This record gives sequence, C-alpha cells and structure tokens, in this order.
Amino acid sequence: MIPTQAQSFSMLLVAIAPFLTAFVAPLVKRFVPQHAGWVLALIPASIFAYIFSFIDLIAQGEKLRFALPWIPMLGIELSFYLDGLSLVFGLLISGIGTFIVIYSGGYLSGHQHLGRFYAFILMFMGSMLGLVLADNVITLFVFWELTSITSFLLIGFDHSRQASRRAAIQALVITGGGGLLLLAGLVLIGFSMGTLDISTMLQYPGFMAEHSAYLPVFILVLFGAITKSAQVPFHFWLPNAMEAPTPVSAFLHSATMVKAGVYLLARFNPILGGTIEWQVTLPILGGITLITGALLALRQTDMKQMLAYTTMASLGMLVMLIGAGSKEAILAAMLFLVAHSFYKGGLFMVVGAIDHETGTRDITEVSGIAKELPITFFGAALAAFSMAGLPISLGFFAKEEIYLIAKTFEWQHWLIAIVALVGNALMMAAGAAIAIKPFLGPRIATPKSPHEAPLSMLAGPAILAVLGIAAGVFIYQFGDWFFSPSASAVYNHKVSNHLGLHFDPIPLGLSIATWALGGLIHWKLETVRDILRRIARVWTWGPDQGFDQFMFGLVRFADWITRIIQHGRLELYLILVFVALAGAVYAPMVLTGSIPPMPDVLPQLRFQEWGVLLIAALGLLAVVFGRTRLVAIVSLGVQGFAVALIFLLLGAPDLGFTQFMVETLSVVILALVMTKLHLDQRDNRVFEEVIRDGGLALVCGIGLTMLLLAVLQTDLDTTLTEFFTKTSVPIAHGRNIVNVILVDYRAIDTLGEISVVMTAGIAILALIRIRAGGPKRGIGAIKKAVKRATSSARKTRSAS
Amino acid sequence: MNTVIFRTIAPYLAALMIVFSIFVLLRGHNEPGGGFIGGLIAASAIAIYGISAGVAEVRRALVFHPITFAGFGVFIAALSGFMSLFVEVPFLKGLWLFINLSDGSELALSTPMLFDIGVYFVVLGAISTIALALEEDEDDK
Repeated sequence: MIPTQAQSFSMLLVAIAPFLTAFVAPLVKRFVPQHAGWVLALIPASIFAYIFSFIDLIAQGEKLRFALPWIPMLGIELSFYLDGLSLVFGLLISGIGTFIVIYSGGYLSGHQHLGRFYAFILMFMGSMLGLVLADNVITLFVFWELTSITSFLLIGFDHSRQASRRAAIQALVITGGGGLLLLAGLVLIGFSMGTLDISTMLQYPGFMAEHSAYLPVFILVLFGAITKSAQVPFHFWLPNAMEAPTPVSAFLHSATMVKAGVYLLARFNPILGGTIEWQVTLPILGGITLITGALLALRQTDMKQMLAYTTMASLGMLVMLIGAGSKEAILAAMLFLVAHSFYKGGLFMVVGAIDHETGTRDITEVSGIAKELPITFFGAALAAFSMAGLPISLGFFAKEEIYLIAKTFEWQHWLIAIVALVGNALMMAAGAAIAIKPFLGPRIATPKSPHEAPLSMLAGPAILAVLGIAAGVFIYQFGDWFFSPSASAVYNHKVSNHLGLHFDPIPLGLSIATWALGGLIHWKLETVRDILRRIARVWTWGPDQGFDQFMFGLVRFADWITRIIQHGRLELYLILVFVALAGAVYAPMVLTGSIPPMPDVLPQLRFQEWGVLLIAALGLLAVVFGRTRLVAIVSLGVQGFAVALIFLLLGAPDLGFTQFMVETLSVVILALVMTKLHLDQRDNRVFEEVIRDGGLALVCGIGLTMLLLAVLQTDLDTTLTEFFTKTSVPIAHGRNIVNVILVDYRAIDTLGEISVVMTAGIAILALIRIRAGGPKRGIGAIKKAVKRATSSARKTRSAS
Repeated sequence: MNTVIFRTIAPYLAALMIVFSIFVLLRGHNEPGGGFIGGLIAASAIAIYGISAGVAEVRRALVFHPITFAGFGVFIAALSGFMSLFVEVPFLKGLWLFINLSDGSELALSTPMLFDIGVYFVVLGAISTIALALEEDEDDK
C-alpha cells in the first residue's frame, strides 16, 4: 500500500506535533496550572492512537513509506518509514510518553519551571519519534542529535546544582560525540549504496557486508550505538544522568532514548548484520555490559542508581541478542525490549513516588510503607514480577525466548544463554529488592511521613505494570501485533509467531535456574553488596574519572596550543603571514616546474607609462628610506596612486577610481592607527631585523612578479569575458560589466563579502575599544559589567 | 592640518562628497561607479568631517552608530534577494521594473539597485566605524 498525501502529512505531524506543543506548553501550564499534564498528554495519546491505527496493516507484513516532496529540484524527499520495528518504538515512545507527561505534573507539581520542563519533554518526544520514523539516514541523524540535545537539557534541568551540570555535559559529550561518528558512518553507507533511504537499503541486504567500506562503516555505526545505549566502556554517563528529575529517568534513560542505539543496531541488522565482526563484537560488548551493569546495580543503595545500572544491563542484553542474530534471538530481543520498557518505566515512576512521598530513595532508609502506598506497591510488585520473569508476565516470555537460543546446542549460543542467565538472576535480585524492601517489613521513620501518591503519579506505574502482565496473558495476540512484525523487520525475513505456553525443558530449566540464583542473591543481598563495595574500594579508577581527566587534559591542551599560536606579537604574526604567502606562491611553481622565463625584451611602453612607473619607483625609495614612519606610510600611498594611474591609462576607470579611494582611506586609517599605537616616530630596527624583514619582502615581491609573469604567458580563457560582454545589457540591463557582475551575476558572493565587511567592522570596533581602555582596565570593565548584570538579575528575581 | 581654512571648508566638502557618492552609486550600473566606490567616497566624507569638526559632532550628525549602517546594508542586500520569493524565482535573481515618465524618459528600478544600495551602506558603515573609532581621542570618553 502506498500512503496517500494526507497520510504522509499526518505522519510528518507525528514528529512535528510534539515540537509545536512544546512551544505552547508553558502557556498551557500558566492557564491550567494544576492539570497541564493531563491536557498536554492528549498530544502523545493521539499520536499513539494514530500509529496504533496502522497496526493491522503492519501485522500483515506491510511496510509503509510516507514521502513528501521537500527539495524537488534535487529530488530530496522528506520521508518516513513505518514497519514492525518503528511501529513498536513509536507506540512505546508515545504511549509511555503520555504517562510520563501526566506523571511530571504530579512529581514536579509547584516547581517554578514546570512549563519549561513540559516543553523539554515534548521536544524530546518529537525527536525520538522522528528518529524511529525517519527513512532518510540524514533525517535520522538530525533527530538522533536532537535527542542528545534535549537529553542534555533534561539532565541539566536542575541547573543550579553542579552535579546536574556535569552529568548533562558528560551525556552530551559522549552521546553527541558518538553521533558524529554515526554521521560519518551513515554518509559512508550512503556513498557505498548510492542511496540515503533506509527503505531502499533494506532491499539490498548483504550488499554492505561484501563492500570494501564495511569495516569502517561497522565501527562508526557501532560507536554511535554503544555511546547512546551506554555500553561498556561508555556506560558511565547513564548512572550519572540520574541527576535528572525522575520522569526524565523513567522516559529517556530507561524506556526510550537509551534504546535508540539498540534501535539503530536493529534497524541496520539486515544491512550490516550477519558478518563475523557483527556476530562477535556485539555479543561480547553486550555480554560484558550486562554482567557489569547487573553487578554494579547490586552495589548501590540508591534505588534510582540500582535501576539505572539494571537498565544498562538490559541494554547490554539487547545488544547481545541482536548480535547473536538468530531468529529466536531477534524475537527475544523484541520481547525483552517491550517488557523492559514496561517494567523499568513503571519501576522508575514507583521509585519517584517513594522519593516524593518519603523524602528518600535510599533502600536502607525506607521500609514497610505498603500500607500507606498500596497502589504504588501494587505497581511495583507487578513490575518486579515481570522483571523477574515469573509466569505468565511478558518478562517470562522474553526470558523463555532468550533461553530458546540455547536449543541450537552451539557453544557460542550456550555461552550467550549462560551470560543471560547470570544477568537475569542479578537483575531479578535488584528488582525484587526495590519491590519488596521499601514496602514490606517493619516500618521505619522516613524524612517525610508518606501518603499515597496523587492519581497523576499512579496512573503510569499501575497501567504499565498491568500491561506487563496482560501482554503475557494475551501473548499470542501481542505477538501477532508487535513481536512477530518487529522481529520480521529486524530479521528481514518473516519471523512467525510461535509465542505461547510451551513446556520446553531447556528454557524452562534455565528459567528455574535463574529464579533459584536470583532468589539466592536476593536473600544474601547484603553480603553481596558488601563484597562488591570492598572491590569498589580497591578499584578506584573507572571511565567516569577517565572522562574528567580527558576533559581536563583537553582544556590544558587547548590552553597550551593557544599560548603558542596566539602569542600576541604583531611582527611575528606578520612574518608568519608573509612566509605563508611566499610558500603559497613558490611551491606550485617549483613543484610543477613552471618557473616562468625572464622576458628578454623590455616592454614597449608609452612615455606617460614610464612616467607613472618612475613615480612608483620614487615612492618605493621613499618608503624604504623615509626618516619617520609617517613619511613611509604616506609614500606607500604614492605606490597605490601610481597603480591607480596605470588602471586609468589602460582604460579601467572603475578600477582606477576604486583604487584611488581605497588608497586614500588606507593611508588615513594607517596614520590614525599610528597615533593610537603611540609608536616612536622612527622605526628603529636592528640590523638582523632589517635583513630578515627586507629579505622576506624581496622574496615575496619577486615571487608575486614571477606569478604575474607566469599568468601573462598563458593564454587567457575568454569564455567568461565574452559571456559577460554579450549578456550584460540584454539580460542584466547594465553596461558597467564590473558592477553588473558584483550586484547581479555573482550577487550571492557579494552578499557574503559584505557580511564579512560588516563583521570585520564590528570586530575592529571591539578591538579598538579594548585597546583604548588598556588591557587591564578592559578586563576589569568586563568583570564589573558581569557583576552588575548578575546583581541586577538577582534583584529582578527577588522582586518577582 | 587642522587649519581655519580646512575647518571652514570641510562641512561643505563633506556634504558635496556625500551627494557625489550618491550620484556615483546610482550611475554605477551603466557608468563607472557603484555601491562599493560610492560607499568609500561617503566614508571619506565622514572621515574628513570627523577630522575637522570632531568625532562627537559627527556622531551627533549621523544619529545612529555607524556600524548600524553596515548592518542595515546587509539587511537591505539580503532583502533584495528575498524579493524573488514573491515571483518564485531563485534567491537574488535580478527583478526589474521600468516606469515610463511623462517626459518620455524611463525610470528603471531593480533589485540589483537595491542590492547595490545595501553594499553602499555596508562599506560606508564599516569604514566610517573604523575611522571614527580611531579618530576618537582616548580622553573623549
């Protein structure tokens, strides 16, 4: 089916609407301060409904490409692609996004910047939807970077705290840097395959694997994915990102954004997958991330940190499964992806609620609040149920599907299954701790006495938790709708839906082992935590510290380079400029062996032309032997006037005219600069400097002369001259060809040039101003201005 | 240099140069001249006036800070390019309007002319900004 124009517009609107809503979000917040979250949630809810309307088509195996002409002259279209994979992601983003927007209203109720927060969250949602729906890889990249930027804004939302700012910058540097590598990889794929459209690329699976550019493409795309999806060794930004308000953690850093890397790998699995590189690198990276994340999670007592590390572990699981690449592994990845989004989004919101109600989120400081927060407890319990993979939650089927990989009895698949088993058991222990420890057991005093959270904060966790179970109960229907189509899209062949309760000894056996191990770890959690903490005390260096050292080193390096290049000594700058000029003039002549021969006869000149040359020569002598600087400057003007005269004599009045004016103004301005600089009247150079500067001047002069000779000895191409002469009057209505070229034929060049002139004017003005005050006073003035600005800002803040 | 004669003549000279610069600007499409050279002449006029009457007096006469003129120039030049938006032709394509005057002559208005006026203002603004800033005595401020 080819979508209609109207449908294409609607799909464009899906990605744009959250941005548009973001603009009015602060206004909505102002008019309905209490219920803004509910109102704004209508947008993601309707996006969800719209995407959901395609579910039958997609389930039948349709792939929809929505295209709108964008730059028709270049054949560039704005296109979106909807298949099983983007449908699942689109529904997760808009569905969970709906609850997150509602939840934010409760969690940040009364926060003075809540309106801004809504705007950021909605912008992020738009970026994420654009990312998963994009057909063109450049569009994908733009939205990819937008998610990094909006994530930066959200992590740093509480920007008055230093920890938030650091976490925000760290996340931006890591994910943004990975994004740049991804761009290079995407462009390289585009060049190799001759198309930028993912839908077209997907029609040639295996093409890239044979291509000579495969390895660089693989590495670049991989870096994009593993930085975004927090794989070891780039995982550290994710736990630090927990500085963000909890709705952000629930939405970006568990359910959606961090899965963008997984989406990328899944999306490109048919294009880049199936190779040795892919099937070795991804499972190893993912496996290491899974185990590292799960172990680090158990070390924490901050519940948000625990969830962050288990998220990292889950991302490792997904990367590992996509890398394994078998039909079962892909289907398992899709099941696990959705199951994880449901329970982890829910658990984050639960932890947010506990934090909001009790004033702490340290697992050792909260206990026995189930009576006060029954619904929250209900949500937490169901979510943890799915996280542990107990029957018949969605997590259970995800886990069964993962263990099905082992059925091939190949050693690498067994290894993956064992790693998954250990990871699952560790995550189960962490999940159980969060669901059980704060709610059951003896009641201990908390900083705030808890009440049940408001409805806005209950809706999300409760519904997601119920969904996690419902999807398990109706697994066959969900499989038809979501898991089979999305796995088919990733696998690039039909993956039939075989989901249901089958009693297969291998997966069931491994599941039982998982529960046993998980239960054991949970029972001995305190001991495990102690051991892990003891290890952490010994092993103090990690990539997190490495990041700081790297950034610090970068600044030091930049400082060092700046000191070398910008030494502030004018004569050295000038020498550098002229040495570069000489190099640029001589190098091509020497390298190509085209040094022009000396003309053997003197040119035949008329007597007035000789006269002008004589004036120029006298002017030159006056410059070199002038007693004072002022004389030298004015004599330099003589040179310019002589050139202007030559232009006039050769019939170029326009050039001559301009040359006169430029020369006059140069002399005036140079003379004025002289008075500003307070230089000596005379220029006292020592002998070595005279030799150095004079020599350099001669070398440059001779070089330019030779260049001119060389140019004059070749035949001039008169195509352009003829074109301009012929067309200047008929099509541009002007007889002054120079002017017509400037303002019509090449007006865009001129526009650029005058912008430069204006900018240079501003820069020079600033420089003169600073010099006028003297460097010390200049900096003092800036400091004073900053102080004034901050104090007045403080005044306005306190006034409002 | 700052003699009585110079000080007396300078305002007239500057005014004359400004008028001449506009003349040069407008004839530029067919005769030697144009926005660049016109702008240079106008900037020289301002520089001369500045030397004779003092920078403060020039700043008062100009009303706006000279760098504003440069910004205005870039704005006009870009604006002349956007005119093409209304007739759906590429950016900066020259558009012409010929008006027959009652005495039989023809008045030609065009976006390249507008563009050239923009160039004039940029050159005038940037150069006179620099010149005036340099002429200003440090004690003036």
